[in-house]
Amino acid sequence: MSDSLPRDEAPQKTPIKMRVRETIVLRVIGKALIPIILIFALYVQFHGDYGPGGGFQAGVIFAAGLILHALIYGLDALREAIPPVVVEIGIALGALLYGGVGLVSMVMGGKFLDYGVLDAHDPAHGQHLGILLVELGVGITVTFVMVAIFYAFAGRSRQ
Amino acid sequence: MGEQAMGAAIEATLFLFMIALAICIARLRSLFAGAMLFGIFSLLAAGMQMMMDAVDVAFTEAAVGAGISTVLFLGALGLTVSEESSARNHRLSALAIVTATGLLLAYGTLDMPAYGDPEAPIHQHVAPHYLVDSEQEIGVPNVVTSVLASYRGYDTFGETTVVLTAAVGAILLLGGSAASASRESEASDAAASDGSDDGGEA
Repeated sequence: MSDSLPRDEAPQKTPIKMRVRETIVLRVIGKALIPIILIFALYVQFHGDYGPGGGFQAGVIFAAGLILHALIYGLDALREAIPPVVVEIGIALGALLYGGVGLVSMVMGGKFLDYGVLDAHDPAHGQHLGILLVELGVGITVTFVMVAIFYAFAGRSRQ
Repeated sequence: MGEQAMGAAIEATLFLFMIALAICIARLRSLFAGAMLFGIFSLLAAGMQMMMDAVDVAFTEAAVGAGISTVLFLGALGLTVSEESSARNHRLSALAIVTATGLLLAYGTLDMPAYGDPEAPIHQHVAPHYLVDSEQEIGVPNVVTSVLASYRGYDTFGETTVVLTAAVGAILLLGGSAASASRESEASDAAASDGSDDGGEA
């Protein structure tokens, strides 16, 4: 029944009032800005070996871009793009990836989180691979944790 | 020398703005303005961390302090009123405790080595090993990444788990999980169809 209603007349579900939805300047600038924020986050993630940054920084920047999307286009638009179930899988997936790298290095004969054994020929290559993977794990967990906390706060309505 | 004077001037300006903002926030009664000023305070703190060459920390401060936590404050404001309700009573005892604590903290810093002092104990223990050998042992040019992800991989794993726990706590306490969202949407659909039925009868 409620599907037949136009979107804007649907009952307001979110406590953060999305009145900016009608503001065309924010929508246009957001459309230009959000992809740049997300790409910058990926740069911080994967360039962390060479420049400042790493998984945590990349995760919070990526999450900030997603939350900006929710502020401009509405919480429901972000929930449609990233459903809560994906967020819940994501927060566990990153930590599992981190721990999994540690377990694999144990299976391959090293100590827990001793990445040197990951490459049979050159320990430095193994270290590089291990750092890349655990930083990715940190990035995934931090991104989805920030989105999960945002969903938890923004999804509550005044009782 | 000119560069140093420039840096000191920028740091002094940032400090003055931060102190002014802190006083403003303490005196404000509008919670909305307070949340916004907190965001600006965090952005200034990020600038300060840039001045101290801690670019990673500045990234995090700008994204979390100025961005995400401001949004969370606004989300929380949506659930409450926009003005601080209780009349404020200025107590001299509170002022005395705050002043004494501040003076004690400042006294505590007197023993600490100067900022950036290469002879400081923290730079004598394992830091020389990291700086000299990490290029060969880890092969990653950014020593901060080598330390965080490899030498101190256990700590970072623990921190990741702490962040994970924060989200689990927020989901358990505040809701917003996938299961409760689907329950809510079912409930609201039911309510909406009830409402339209009533409308039809009327």
